[in-house]
Amino acid sequence: MKPSFRNLARPVATAALLIVGVAGAAVLPDDRADIFYSDYKGGGMDIKGESVLVRKKFSEQFAVEANYFVDKVSGASVDVLSQASVIKDERKQKSISLDYIHDKTQYNLSYTNSTERDYISNTTHFSLSQDMFGDLTTVTLGFTDSRNKVGKNVGSPFQPDVLWLGHATSRSFQAGVSQVVTKDLISGVTLEVITDQGLLSNPYRYIRYLDPTARIGYTAVQQQIYPNTHTSTAVEGRVKYFLPYRAAVSASYRYFDDTWGIRAHTAELGYTQPVSNLWILEGRLRYYTQNHATFYSDLFPFAGSQNFEARDQNLAASSNYTIGLKATYAFLPDGWKIFKRGTVTGDVSRIRFKYNDFRDIRDYGIDNGYNPGAEPLYKFDATIYQIYLSMFF
Amino acid sequence: MHKSLRIVVMGLGVLQGACSIQPWVKPYERDRLADPIMSWDRDAISGAYLDHVYDSREGSRGATGTSGGGCGCN
Repeated sequence: MKPSFRNLARPVATAALLIVGVAGAAVLPDDRADIFYSDYKGGGMDIKGESVLVRKKFSEQFAVEANYFVDKVSGASVDVLSQASVIKDERKQKSISLDYIHDKTQYNLSYTNSTERDYISNTTHFSLSQDMFGDLTTVTLGFTDSRNKVGKNVGSPFQPDVLWLGHATSRSFQAGVSQVVTKDLISGVTLEVITDQGLLSNPYRYIRYLDPTARIGYTAVQQQIYPNTHTSTAVEGRVKYFLPYRAAVSASYRYFDDTWGIRAHTAELGYTQPVSNLWILEGRLRYYTQNHATFYSDLFPFAGSQNFEARDQNLAASSNYTIGLKATYAFLPDGWKIFKRGTVTGDVSRIRFKYNDFRDIRDYGIDNGYNPGAEPLYKFDATIYQIYLSMFF
Repeated sequence: MHKSLRIVVMGLGVLQGACSIQPWVKPYERDRLADPIMSWDRDAISGAYLDHVYDSREGSRGATGTSGGGCGCN
């Protein structure tokens, strides 16, 4: 579990705004209805997602978007499995987003509620975009406030008993500039500063420390201890170029830095190739790397050896790379009843995660001849399937 | 002139100059930019979902325009 920003609608609203801005003058996008299905398999987890989105313009200036998303989680990641606990959970998210355009300014206000058995999140987001310089430049400013209630299931997956542990709040400030550079090239820069306060650790993850009195050589039942504040800064630059024939290439780079000592780099390349007027094929490569947080360790020397202690794999030094393929098929080019057109999209992504200082204690241990701290480093592959139907009207 | 006042005057001058900038890509030259293949992310749910997958498993977050968090990390 990640305490902050556990919802998708805020980013959807932000993204919509940024996308509109990049294209030039502030114009509300077409009305649309989407049905979305996803399946994530990897690292002992199976997460099925289902979503419905409806977006409707009520005038040329005003649009409403509603989204419902359900995640069904079964299985558990390696560190939870190490505790012999299996998760079965469901998260339901409802969001509503309002867009309003006045002259060259677009305003967005959204509210999201995300509820699962052991976590409740309420998020409010506001942003505005301003087109300027002949609509070649769009400046976007945004603010997000998220209030979260954090709990832990101390019962079983089938007979839950949730113990509420505390609260976490999160505030985010976003600033973005998108720029038309030439008639073939667009670019953008986004800066986001996020600050969190409260209970920020994942209550399902534990540290482990050397313990000569334990048969396996270590003890792994102590809760993590995190600082109760966290501030991060991320900046991303991106470009997209229309090739001499009808195709596009894109590239982006993001630098991340936070007060927990993590520095991360993300690079991504994309290629988009239409085939006739019916198909759009896309390929995507992504690489990510980060160092570990200052208070992270896979194996602490003894109990209470530091003020703050974490063994959450998200805070470990790690890298991953992704290859993704996507195909979109357009149908009803001449429309049907209220619909102007429709598309159906299939997307498959394969991600390989590798950890540099997070060890697999689930399958390896003293009984298999591995001393504490000498277990193999953890790695896993994940496959993500997405299929969705979009109807424009 | 006081230094801060000078900066304000200079800033106003730059802004005034900027307001008179003529678009170097004319509206009739933007057909390629308006092509759907030039959209950063045509499908908001899918883009947000993928970023949410990364956000739940990486230490970094934000600035993607579609960054998000969520479950799937227990």
